[in-house]
Amino acid sequence: MNDMATLTKKDFESNQDVRWCPGCGDYAVLAQIQKLMPQLGIPRENFAFISGIGCSSRFPYYMETYGMHSIHGRAPAIASGLKLARPELSVWVVTGDGDALAIGGNHFIHAMRRNIDLKIILLNNRIYGLTKGQYSPTSEMGKKTKTTPLGNIDRPFSPVAVALGAGATFVARTVDADQAHMAQVLKRAAEHKGTAFVEIFQNCIVFNDGAYEAITDKSVRDDTRLLLEHGKPLLFGKNRDKGIRLRGLEPEVVTLGENGVGEADLVTHDEAAEHSGLAFFLSQFDAPKFPVPLGVFRAVRQPSYEEMNEQLHADARARKGRGDLAALFNSGDTWTIA
Amino acid sequence: MSATATAAAGAKRSAPRPVEELDSVTIRFVGDSGDGMQLTGNEFSKAIAKAGHDFATHPDYPSEIRAPTGTLFGVSGYQIQFASRAVFTSGDAPDVLVAMNPAALKTNLSDVKHGGTIIANSGAFTDANLAKAGYKANPLDDGSLGDYRLYRIDISELTAHALKESGLSKKEIGRCKNYYALGLMLSLYSRPLEKEEEDIRKKFAKKPGIAEANVLALRAGYAYADATEMFITSYKVRTADIAPGTYRSLTGNHAAALGFVAASELANVPLFLGSYPITPATDILHELSALKHYNVTTFQAEDEIAGICSAIGAAYGGVLGMTTTSGPGMALKTEALGLAVMLEIPLVIVNVQRGGPSTGLPTKIEQSDLLQAVYGRNGECPIPVIAAHSPADCFDCAIEAFRLAVKYMTPVIFLSDGGIGNAAEPWRIPDPASLPRLEVKFRTEAEGFQAYARDANLARAWVRPGTPGMEHRVGGLEKDFLTGNISHDPVNHQRMVEVRAAKVEGIAKDIPPLTVEGPPKGDLLIVGWGSTYGSIVQAREQAAAQGLSVAHAHLRHLNPLPPDLGDILRRYKRVLVPEMNLGQLSRLLRERFLIEVEQLNKVQGKPFKVSEIHERIVELSKKGAK
Repeated sequence: MNDMATLTKKDFESNQDVRWCPGCGDYAVLAQIQKLMPQLGIPRENFAFISGIGCSSRFPYYMETYGMHSIHGRAPAIASGLKLARPELSVWVVTGDGDALAIGGNHFIHAMRRNIDLKIILLNNRIYGLTKGQYSPTSEMGKKTKTTPLGNIDRPFSPVAVALGAGATFVARTVDADQAHMAQVLKRAAEHKGTAFVEIFQNCIVFNDGAYEAITDKSVRDDTRLLLEHGKPLLFGKNRDKGIRLRGLEPEVVTLGENGVGEADLVTHDEAAEHSGLAFFLSQFDAPKFPVPLGVFRAVRQPSYEEMNEQLHADARARKGRGDLAALFNSGDTWTIA
Repeated sequence: MSATATAAAGAKRSAPRPVEELDSVTIRFVGDSGDGMQLTGNEFSKAIAKAGHDFATHPDYPSEIRAPTGTLFGVSGYQIQFASRAVFTSGDAPDVLVAMNPAALKTNLSDVKHGGTIIANSGAFTDANLAKAGYKANPLDDGSLGDYRLYRIDISELTAHALKESGLSKKEIGRCKNYYALGLMLSLYSRPLEKEEEDIRKKFAKKPGIAEANVLALRAGYAYADATEMFITSYKVRTADIAPGTYRSLTGNHAAALGFVAASELANVPLFLGSYPITPATDILHELSALKHYNVTTFQAEDEIAGICSAIGAAYGGVLGMTTTSGPGMALKTEALGLAVMLEIPLVIVNVQRGGPSTGLPTKIEQSDLLQAVYGRNGECPIPVIAAHSPADCFDCAIEAFRLAVKYMTPVIFLSDGGIGNAAEPWRIPDPASLPRLEVKFRTEAEGFQAYARDANLARAWVRPGTPGMEHRVGGLEKDFLTGNISHDPVNHQRMVEVRAAKVEGIAKDIPPLTVEGPPKGDLLIVGWGSTYGSIVQAREQAAAQGLSVAHAHLRHLNPLPPDLGDILRRYKRVLVPEMNLGQLSRLLRERFLIEVEQLNKVQGKPFKVSEIHERIVELSKKGAK
């Protein structure tokens, strides 16, 4: 069981019946993560999956690892405590658009601000599934749901933009329908040291079916999505003839060969840029004006919170020696009564 | 402290004053919240402790950090009682009031003992300050203080005079007057200066100019009291008959912090505190944050919820997880408490209570979160509750909280309050070897492992993630009785609800017999919990000395209640429960034992006076048997 070399996907499947609706996008994510685990060179017992509440938060039950299905929105806080107490563990948070961005928004942004080494996987279906169809913080304007019968007036935000705004050091996006892309992005996240945030566009077959059809339908997706590749120009389209150019601070879609536009005029993707400005531009891209970016927006190595915490402890011990109780009790002003 | 050390105007050397011996003295220092009264009080109590007195203190400060000067709401006070005998409270009525301005006098005068001493900083009794305090005439001059021994001392001016060559600004000089006042009081109570001078130099090591100015102010105040004929007598309180040992002065919050580190060392398991700053609990976070060379991690979380949730995560990871808070924060942590109950992991939650509801009285004392601690959660959600009765007792309670948490795999709520948390008393330093080990076992045998199988105490096993072959999932959904997998089975749910309740009830067998002070049966039993301890002890002693039949039992364990409590209650004709709430323990006792209890309730943000409890005892005694 402890022999990492022989671990397979099967070793990460728990004996619990998976209870998502047939056809739910969550199955694909589960399969990819179970497939990824044996590739990471980490003993199975050193994984912990922490979740909150919602459909996606059932995830830990299906993983044959340590795990906790906790309370709504709080998984990043619980996972932070676990990681601080046990830095040697690989700690994963699986969350949803309501769990991470509505009730748990505070914990979500602060985990990323600290750059604590958690893998935060957000399954974004733009709807509340478990409570049967209310809008979420990522539901589009005008959307009719059970709580917005006349259309949604609650403006959505982009999880990627929130993550970047919070200073996340690894930010990526993928989609449930593209397994190969998802596998690649999840692997990058797993290998990142520091908070790694991955938004996965996930289809809710019951309450929001087809939410991502425009970028998953093979007949159109090449024109509607932008695959980010580090060091490569921002190029997309069935014929690879469309790209992103910056005019001052305004991005625009241009066609290669038109008006003298060449590849050299396009923005080159740089996920390692110190400044997250480009990544933030990309996080604002949405259909129909812009293609929807998928891939790694940002990946920079900065000291992680638990690394710095360990350093503080090591320094304190180097300076003061390992504390002992008698010294602690007798510190400060004492007096003796004979 | 030669007379040359002072530049006090008008001070002249006089013959030694007669020394009057006293049994106990209560002194209250009051001034603007920026006047440094907490520091003066603290320093004075240290000097008193070193003289071998027992003492108890009560800081009383506004929730504004530095309210506009001279205002009634900006008054900050620090009271100390010290004595030749054991001291249990900071004293009912001050014998001496040191008032730094008119507002301080106005807000505190009614508490001062009739005929008591008032030392007023006359320099601050300006027209502007008098107006701010609502005085039409200067009380120092209009004869209204005729019933008191009034000393007008222009501390502002005398300090300024003493420091005129210090090169400090007027503002900086103004800040030294608390040390002048301290010097006065140290002289009046016959305490030496040298140690205090050392302390000042240590405290202001980075600002030697300020340190020397404070030393000068201290000496000036001391010499003034020593040299002027203003004070007819000096006072000496005989030293208390205190058990031999080495002592230090500790506040409850500091004592709790030491107790938690001790628990970690005794268990040989690291400590993790996840917390969000909140008055009056934050000092525990401060203390533990400075102890990184111990096995202590502190995490200042983004909110109260993250405070407890990070502690839950840490506890799940196999360390001693804890969180600290006060009432409003406790409310926010409620859902996570339920999770900890379902997970059945050890966790300690400290609630340093303050006046409620809502934001309430952040810096004032109240005991009104007892029912919240015992009952305040959704579902059948039993959590053991213990309460400390004094600052030093917080040390023992911290260890007890973790002892129960790890033995029974349960969250434990530890109630303190703002009075205990901020007040100081002498703590007899224990030998670490004399403290009991905390036994913690992590299960590592994968063979036959079931996540929710229980031992004789109904506790499940604590398994650290990272242990091979025991990967399992836990969570807030109802669990199967044995495997811990999700179960919606109706019968299983009832069984789980009952076993969680039985586990906590079972802690009763682990509670030592209650100590009852006074007659083992008789007319009246006073039952208390928490910081009312000192007032009850003294009131009972006074009543007993008058020949009244009155006993006192003080509860540390509030859920479950001690198993012998029911028998004890029934041995007395009446039961009196003084509480700083509207009768929360009274309700628990009635509910649990179906007996009538007399309530004595005070919710004024201030501790009980001994006299308030004593009066009630006398009144009940007059009523006689029911």
